[in-house]
Amino acid sequence: MYTQALNAKDAAEPIPAEEAARHVRFQERVDAEERIEPNDWMPEAYRRTLVRQISQHAHSEIVGMLPEGNWITRAPSLKRKAALLAKVQDEGGHGLYLYAAAETLGVSREELVDQLLSGKAKYSSIFNYPTLTWADIGAIGWLVDGAAIMNQIPLCRCSYGPYARAMIRICKEESFHQRQGYEIMLTLCRGTAEQKQMAQDALNRWWWPCLMMFGPSDKDSQHSDQSMRWKIKRFSNDELRQKFVDATVPQAHYLGLTVPDPDLRYDEASGHWVYGAIDWDEFKSVIAGNGPCNKQRMKQRREAHESGAWVREAALAYAAKQKARAAQQQAQRAA
Amino acid sequence: MSDGKMPLWEVFIRSRTGLAHRHVGSLHAADAAMALQAARDVYTRRGEGLSVWVVPSSAIVASDPAEKDMMFEPTGSKIYRHPTFYEIPEEVGHM
Repeated sequence: MYTQALNAKDAAEPIPAEEAARHVRFQERVDAEERIEPNDWMPEAYRRTLVRQISQHAHSEIVGMLPEGNWITRAPSLKRKAALLAKVQDEGGHGLYLYAAAETLGVSREELVDQLLSGKAKYSSIFNYPTLTWADIGAIGWLVDGAAIMNQIPLCRCSYGPYARAMIRICKEESFHQRQGYEIMLTLCRGTAEQKQMAQDALNRWWWPCLMMFGPSDKDSQHSDQSMRWKIKRFSNDELRQKFVDATVPQAHYLGLTVPDPDLRYDEASGHWVYGAIDWDEFKSVIAGNGPCNKQRMKQRREAHESGAWVREAALAYAAKQKARAAQQQAQRAA
Repeated sequence: MSDGKMPLWEVFIRSRTGLAHRHVGSLHAADAAMALQAARDVYTRRGEGLSVWVVPSSAIVASDPAEKDMMFEPTGSKIYRHPTFYEIPEEVGHM
């Protein structure tokens, strides 16, 4: 999902004997559905996995502002513009909740931002696709946010307290995102033939990248087992992907749109929509940095960070000056 | 500035009159005025609050989780502190 790069295997480390007992106790707490809080003992690998997962999730929210921000000035009405602005602002807010949750694990905001800007940290592959028409804004809200909700609802019960609490806030807000996206699609589909074609074109381009958001197929995802045991993750990639397909296909039919998958069929026996093969080469290529917009996204983030540097410096300098002045006045009064 | 890092603040929001301020999260800001502004933007985009407090995180003194038992265990055995410890005849009615 927003943390696809986690599917690379973490190097296993040998556990010293005295540590083993603490690991057992930790697992017992997790099994009992107790939440783990920042100052509690936790295995180093648990901490590392969470820092990576939460920060990748945060980076995805921040980079995710770019494809949508692209349409703020060109939204077709004031109502749509206000809604899109609010949505993009939410994404920024979600990034901030998540950075704060990651920081409780002992990593600084500056380090996290550096990891994103240096390219060391990953973000979701989905945000490396371009938003070519207004219909893409509808498709992102409906599909990308829809896929995100599928993934994020179980994260509200994640074993790590600060992450779970951040996800509860995020999920509440995310529902507006999906509904506003679907409403854009609905409006286009009820419009002229040309407008409906725009909606179809957006679905054609976003469908497969959205299925890839859930990460590699279970048989290729080695990282999942440990995350499941730690209750960081509650459902496998394929389970979540299937839920998304089952929920979304009828919504596409309601719009009168065709899902761009010739192999898609409803399986009466299982009650699921069976989808065709996903192009994992494309997924790997986008993750590796070769998607249509990877370079542009990183360039924009770096520019924004650099352009904002003087503001951060000025704010800190002003705060330091005020502090010094207050101390001086106090000293004078005391003298 | 010493290390160029933005100080961390804890944010508390009173959601309705009559309720206490409740911890909602944290954020980074250069000073108190900016922290208050950022808290409004980050934590109250949908009318979540009527009042916001921001407190420097460094000003919070917390109990040590390792001493949890020493801190809180003694009350565990004091069941006579709870109303249900006392038997009141049914005829007396609600008390």
